[in-house]
Amino acid sequence: MTALDTVEVKEGVDQETVDAVKELSGNYKYGWETEIEMEFAPKGVNPDIVRLISQKNNEPEWMTEWRLSAFERWEKMEEPTWAMVNYPDIDFQDIYYYARPKSMEEKPKSLDEVDPKLLATYEKLGIPLKEQMILAGVEGAEDAPAEGRKVAVDAVFDSVSVGTTFQKELEKAGVIFCSISEAIEKHPELVKKYLGSVVPPSDNFYATLNSAVFSDGSFVYIPPGVRCPMELSTYFRINAENTGQFERTLIIADKGSYVSYLEGCTAPKRDTAQLHAAVVEIIVEEDAEVKYSTVQNWFPGDEDGKGGIYNFVTKRADCRGDRAKVMWTQVETGSAVTWKYPSCILRGNDSQGEFYSIAIANNMQQADTGTKMVHLGKNTKSRIVSKGISAGKAQNTYRGLVSMHPKAKESRNYTQCDSLLIGDKCGAHTVPYIEVKNNSSRVEHEATTSKVDDDQLFYCRSRGMDEEEAVALVVNGFCKEVLQALPMEFAMEAQALVAISLEGSVG
Amino acid sequence: MALAKLKQDVTDARLAAVSLPEGAAWINAARNDALTRVAAMGLPTRRDEYWKYTDPSSITAVDAPQAAILDNDEGPLFADVDRVKIVFVDGVFDEDASDDLTAEGVTIERLADVAASDIHWAKDLYGVLEARGQKPVARPLAALNTATATDGVVIRVTAKAEKPINLIYLHNDASSDAVLHNLVKVEAGAEVTLLETGPAASRFSKLLEVDVAEGAAFHHVRAQGRDHERRAVTHCFARIEKEATFKSFTLTFNGVLTRNECVLEIIGDDASAHVAGACVGDGKDFHHDDTVFITHDAVNCESRQVFKKVLRNGATGVFQGKILVKEGAQKTDGYQISQSLLLDDDSQFLAKPELEIYADDVACSHGSTSGAIDEDALFYLRSRGVPEKIARNMLTLSFLAEALEEIADEGLAEELRDRLESWLNRHS
Repeated sequence: MTALDTVEVKEGVDQETVDAVKELSGNYKYGWETEIEMEFAPKGVNPDIVRLISQKNNEPEWMTEWRLSAFERWEKMEEPTWAMVNYPDIDFQDIYYYARPKSMEEKPKSLDEVDPKLLATYEKLGIPLKEQMILAGVEGAEDAPAEGRKVAVDAVFDSVSVGTTFQKELEKAGVIFCSISEAIEKHPELVKKYLGSVVPPSDNFYATLNSAVFSDGSFVYIPPGVRCPMELSTYFRINAENTGQFERTLIIADKGSYVSYLEGCTAPKRDTAQLHAAVVEIIVEEDAEVKYSTVQNWFPGDEDGKGGIYNFVTKRADCRGDRAKVMWTQVETGSAVTWKYPSCILRGNDSQGEFYSIAIANNMQQADTGTKMVHLGKNTKSRIVSKGISAGKAQNTYRGLVSMHPKAKESRNYTQCDSLLIGDKCGAHTVPYIEVKNNSSRVEHEATTSKVDDDQLFYCRSRGMDEEEAVALVVNGFCKEVLQALPMEFAMEAQALVAISLEGSVG
Repeated sequence: MALAKLKQDVTDARLAAVSLPEGAAWINAARNDALTRVAAMGLPTRRDEYWKYTDPSSITAVDAPQAAILDNDEGPLFADVDRVKIVFVDGVFDEDASDDLTAEGVTIERLADVAASDIHWAKDLYGVLEARGQKPVARPLAALNTATATDGVVIRVTAKAEKPINLIYLHNDASSDAVLHNLVKVEAGAEVTLLETGPAASRFSKLLEVDVAEGAAFHHVRAQGRDHERRAVTHCFARIEKEATFKSFTLTFNGVLTRNECVLEIIGDDASAHVAGACVGDGKDFHHDDTVFITHDAVNCESRQVFKKVLRNGATGVFQGKILVKEGAQKTDGYQISQSLLLDDDSQFLAKPELEIYADDVACSHGSTSGAIDEDALFYLRSRGVPEKIARNMLTLSFLAEALEEIADEGLAEELRDRLESWLNRHS
């Protein structure tokens, strides 16, 4: 059983919270493995492997060159050590960089041709790759009107995308939603223009490695003025052993468009750790809006810290145009080690960035996560709400940057990060960087629960609640607000978290 | 692990110019150990995480940069306070200007004398707290101070000191490079106030090691000169025992580069540690950096960090504060606030307020804000007939007040508040 059973819980943390954390972290529901014949590239990484991956994806010459130059750069880089995480050295030559189901050798032309084993895998995960109106497992959805409930899914299995649903319907709206390998083939002009423009191949150790060896991922293009008719979603599944998953997602929201994108991920239970190094790039043009939501549920390793996924991810959104808006919502419950900082570059005037995060670490999990808000344009706004919960022997770190450049006049940032410790063997840390280079901007960083809105508290008190009850209600309401920012399809998974209160929080 | 090339070059160049002073065997050993630490850590460069916001190159350079000598039209600080004056001119002890080094309840000696005696209690303190404070963050400049300092004061407090001790640092040489190392041992139940005033030198490295024993109290009030071109790196390492009190306040008016590091370790239950600072900076050549690291390693202790910075005309303020609550340090109450008031668009504030917590029953909080003068408050004062300049200064002073409140002695606080007010009047 989980370490939580033996931990003495201090007063003020209610049982519901403990149960909810236990429920979420105790039994990993997605730890099974699909038995399927796989095809691997030889272990290790070198220019030949990079070329091989490029060739498997039928990439044009420029793409191969792009990868090779990234690889050359990567060889000279050093692994970053600044995060508050400890893990054994990764042998980058002992990993398979490319694994695909044998049956995917010939790309299936439609979902009907996809190997039933693969379809069954996603079915079991609750992500049926059928173009049906609803996702299984979403309670009450049957009664809801069918419109607006549709979710298009791109399913990535180890190194390849196995299928994308609703492509035809999306095409009618002008939306391109396909795997990135398909995009490189069919829309090279878009890929060439945007790939690496937000996260350059030289960005950091893991992003550079990803640039060299990424095998698949999703590509989204929303044309000007289009509100994407349904939610888009990618489901990542690592299945093969000793395999690294390196996916690349590129989302382009052209002027005045809107899209909501969901990401989910799981992996089987294994004794050995596996590497996942993804890059997500989002381009938000004038008046466009992108919502990006993640429920990260990679295998977290067992109670003793054996196995699990090393999740080293670079996610960044670039608000290029005026009034562009981006919102990151993440619920981080899985992975043995998380190293992830979804960021917003607020370049356009009046652009907006939001980051809502709930990170739960239990047993031996380590999470070092947060965001960067880089304010470049005038009157830009950002908001950071981060809730970290540690239990067992886990370490949870919020690390963030808020930077107001000299030209970002009249900008505004509000940051709040709260941590909750359950048990006395875990740790919660906060490492914010605040850089203010003009005086018309206001930056506020808070990490206390006592700063709950006084008016709301007063209102609750005047209705006869005691102070603690009032604080709990206000904070809980706030937490729910974050969760409700998640799209319906993820709400189910995330709702289990709602019970977690922040009583007894520390900054 | 080998040092990065730049770091190695900087370290080699500086260490080549260093010759260790000679003294008794115990201090020679302490200096040698410190030099070994410097060589192993390497001197800081801009690429170091803890020097990200402050360029240490003028501090690590072999030669000290020039700093003009200022003729200060203001009288010396704390002139009316009954105190023991100890004067250092460009880091050299000035016997004529100093008082007799005697006061009831304290024994005051010079490090130069102590270093020559074969047996001295200072052996258990000199470089000891500094060495402890090198983890988890390396502070090579502190180790360099331990290795090279030839003078300073060595104070032992055995009861409630009769009067404050005032270290006065004067500057008379435009290219002076001063190194001072002070030790204070406050014995159980004893109490002392240490005042430090003046710009000291063109380049100044000062280290203070304080041992506050059970139930003892140490008060520290410092004013780092005014409108001076000095570059200063100061370190304070303190060990705080059971039910002891540590209080330190620093006021800085201008200065090309000031880096004040404060490393406190609370090792006894029910102890309290407060560090506060107010600084006012005017101009592009002002850079002020407060770096604080407080470790809680005992139960039911309290710590407070209050730092306020007023910046104008391209001045830079830096705050790097950390609270580390070790496993088992339950019932810790840690508070940290860093705020800047930017009076114009050119100035900047860079902050990194950190928390690292390994105990579950603690209340730790931190806040950091940055912004301009509140236009509504200004409007209110104007509407009550207060002229704009005075209204702005009033608001600025009230912004700084929270830090000044950390000074226990109201007389001292009042005097510093007056100095601040007159500085603001001159600089607005």
